[in-house]
Amino acid sequence: MSPRGDGGLGVDADEAVPESGWVAAELREELPGLDLRYLTLDARTTKSPAHVRARLRTLSDRFAGAQAINLRHQAIPWAYRVFFRHIGLDPDEQPTPVEQLALERMFHGGFVTRNRLDDAIAIAIIESGVALRAFDAAKLSGRLGIRTSAPGEELTRPLAPGTLVVADEQRPIGQLFGDPASGAEPDGRTRRAAIAAVQVRGVPDIAVEEAIWIASNVLRS
Amino acid sequence: MPEELLERYAVAGASPPGMPAGLTVDDRLLADRRVRSELRRQIALLERRLGELFAAAFPRKGIEWRVGAGGGPRVLGVADLERVRDALAARLRSAEAEVARRGRIEERNRQLLEQMLIAPEHHRGVLITAADIGEPSCRTWRSTPRLGPIGMLMGWWRVKISSGCPLATGRAAAGAP
Repeated sequence: MSPRGDGGLGVDADEAVPESGWVAAELREELPGLDLRYLTLDARTTKSPAHVRARLRTLSDRFAGAQAINLRHQAIPWAYRVFFRHIGLDPDEQPTPVEQLALERMFHGGFVTRNRLDDAIAIAIIESGVALRAFDAAKLSGRLGIRTSAPGEELTRPLAPGTLVVADEQRPIGQLFGDPASGAEPDGRTRRAAIAAVQVRGVPDIAVEEAIWIASNVLRS
Repeated sequence: MPEELLERYAVAGASPPGMPAGLTVDDRLLADRRVRSELRRQIALLERRLGELFAAAFPRKGIEWRVGAGGGPRVLGVADLERVRDALAARLRSAEAEVARRGRIEERNRQLLEQMLIAPEHHRGVLITAADIGEPSCRTWRSTPRLGPIGMLMGWWRVKISSGCPLATGRAAAGAP
């Protein structure tokens, strides 16, 4: 289901092709398979329209306890769990994005609607298992990528040197798999957003493209 | 199998073998990277085993699955990866032991339930829940006397099966005045 130039999907090809982010050379060698893909598109944090909220409700109905328990058996959620272990995170303490949503589903009795952008990200994560996050495009400088933090860099707090971060060409904009905490997170004034997928070993390209396509499709619908 | 590798490392002192003398810096870096890669492979296998056990253990509650974070997100060195791997192996062993221990208790409870169904008068007042036999529902089996005190005096005992989980009230009902 590649959106690349596929007019049959009804998506503008120029907008639908995700860009490849950069990954620092030492990370490419040390953590093969780590990659970042992102797509910049019009997005607002207004209330989700009825059909998006209905889609979340449908997903809630399809996603019960059994699915949550069996997430770890599925290839993509398992790949993220393994990667979390590899970088010193415990996925049982800091859940992977799809497991975080599964926990929220169990806790609240359904996927909670927040705003159109967050709902688009949530729908794409639930359906694909791929880790997605959004940044306010107006607050970014240049291409996005993954690197380790340098001494003296900080988000809301100083970062320990060597922390894995998502960064633009000037500064870190969030810890890898942490919330954006540099002022780059979308807010009520956001007009365009960069939807970024963190790919790890075991997550196929097509799943990443599909995740971004689902999110962009929800935002354009 | 990861266990065999884990045993080998445990016997050898929890560290990969030392580097032979005469290696260049590049050789050492390469060897280090291979060790890290092997440790990551073992962590992936252990994570898979732990995930399988997690699913198999459902609906049992109260089993500890957390391993603890390693100060990430960052690139872990050999020592950190070893710690993660060892912690995962230890957690896997303790969880397996706990699941097995509960399995034995549940088997005994199942036998008790069978005996209770055959002769409820020999198991007066005994209550067995679905959780006691490793099942996910809210059912209970209780040996109770027919007709209350009369049945108690006459020795008329039966096993009463509960009707299941309480009805869900939902958020609307919870918020209602």
